[in-house]
Amino acid sequence: MTLGTEGLAVAYLVSATLFILGLKGLTHPTSARRGNYYAMAGMLLAVAATMLNPAVKSHAWIAAGIAGGAVIGTIVALKIKMTAMPQLVAALHSFVGLTAVLVAVGTYLTHAHQGAHGYVLLSELFAGSFIGAVTFTGSAVAFGKLQALISPKPLKFPGHHLLNLVLAAALFALGVDFVLHDHFVSLLLLTAIALALGVLLILPIGGADMPVVVSMLNSYSGWAAAATGFTLSNNLLIIAGALVGFSGAILSYIMSRAMNRSIVSIVLGGFGGGEAGTETPMAAAVGKGIKAAAVEDAVFLMANAAKVVIVPGYGMAVAQAQHALKELLDTLEAKGVEVKFAIHPVAGRMPGHMNVLLAEADVPYDRVFEMDEINPEFPTADVALIVGANDVTNPAAKTQKSSPIYGMPILEANRAKHVFFVKRSLKPGYSGVDNLLFMQDNCSLIFGDAKDVCERMAVELKAA
Amino acid sequence: MSEPMVAIYIFVLACFVGYWVVWGVTPSLHAPLISLTNAISGIIIVGAILVAGFDRSAIAEALGFFAVLLASINIFGGFVVTQRMLTMFKKKRGR
Repeated sequence: MTLGTEGLAVAYLVSATLFILGLKGLTHPTSARRGNYYAMAGMLLAVAATMLNPAVKSHAWIAAGIAGGAVIGTIVALKIKMTAMPQLVAALHSFVGLTAVLVAVGTYLTHAHQGAHGYVLLSELFAGSFIGAVTFTGSAVAFGKLQALISPKPLKFPGHHLLNLVLAAALFALGVDFVLHDHFVSLLLLTAIALALGVLLILPIGGADMPVVVSMLNSYSGWAAAATGFTLSNNLLIIAGALVGFSGAILSYIMSRAMNRSIVSIVLGGFGGGEAGTETPMAAAVGKGIKAAAVEDAVFLMANAAKVVIVPGYGMAVAQAQHALKELLDTLEAKGVEVKFAIHPVAGRMPGHMNVLLAEADVPYDRVFEMDEINPEFPTADVALIVGANDVTNPAAKTQKSSPIYGMPILEANRAKHVFFVKRSLKPGYSGVDNLLFMQDNCSLIFGDAKDVCERMAVELKAA
Repeated sequence: MSEPMVAIYIFVLACFVGYWVVWGVTPSLHAPLISLTNAISGIIIVGAILVAGFDRSAIAEALGFFAVLLASINIFGGFVVTQRMLTMFKKKRGR
């Protein structure tokens, strides 16, 4: 059985509609799972219809590829820890990029059997290969940084931007040569340069900017699919690619706005990465006029509080403290204390990172609030408990014009009656800026591992 | 209207659809949004299948096979991990 052109077009139209409905489902947690099913159905239909395309003459290798991918993809997705989600996403983005390159080169070879290449096709192949290659190596480097295989600190060297510029110019010169003269070698060379460019573009971006990078590469993977759609004159690929491309672009915009930084400045390289001295945390704290508190002090105040707001950050993910926080939530609620979680948009290493970890620990999503919703509530909170977040709570962003993070929207935990800040050391936050919150009278630091401290809090609270 | 022009029309309109749909996504589901769009960008498998099924060039067939494999990992990995995340978002806790 094969499908005619019209039959294929209908199948692809239904498939594109299902993708749109799938994304639409994510408007609310209750409809989200249905949305995922819609998107799965759309994908199944698209693959089945393509297999029935008369242009597909041999099916054995395709079936083998799909089966192999199904086994590998499913196993990895089921085994991956929720804290490692950003790495998985980066790895998957790189696959889309590499696929785009392979499809572009493959399409060039298959079309060579059908006579001369037109300018339009050649420019589309150029775009597909170039975007795919940048996505591939860029995501691979992002994966390396997230997995700590490569230093998460921004890596820059003198002349970095100049080198990028020269490479980009060479890439476009080769592209023009490829389009005008149909030189296959130029396509391969420009792909090689694009691969190098992907590495150089992501290396100088630091760990805390990862939410933006992950979103940006998400966007690129969409554009790579769309460019492939242009090459193959396939409307489904164009639509799906545009949806994904725009989704990633919007997320990048939301993330960079939440840091009050332009996407351009993030792409040009992260700031800070400052390392503190080797002083013991306590001694340094006393030296700086910072108050340290014991777990018992926090427990006493929380047990007598009417409302507690918990601010989790990347440190919670590192320490795997989400389950301990759930325990704390249950204990406090059993004592009649109102508990809310406050999430900054860029907390963690990818958009929505904290929400997923809290959901994993069974924290109901109606206790979890976004920055704009929770900020007016801090003044009425008796205790703000900050676990593994730093820069996103630093009042310097509001008050110190000279601070590098000035203008960044923050969680106004400083306005709570008492602030407890769980921290391993006095190392400044990712931006390398000291947190002014520590100098406030209502703020005390509790030194220790986030998970350990939260577990002890829950135990002490139960006894109190 | 030429075929590339039609493609550009579709592309621009799809960008607008993407724009409005994605702004409606609740921030707490941004991680599943990324993994779902990840799975959807696996649609590039359509291009991979066309290359792999061409049947007249061994190199193209090999390239196509790897492309299908990678895209398929993306599709299954993306959908399964999205499903895993979404099942965790609950309103009331089950005691």
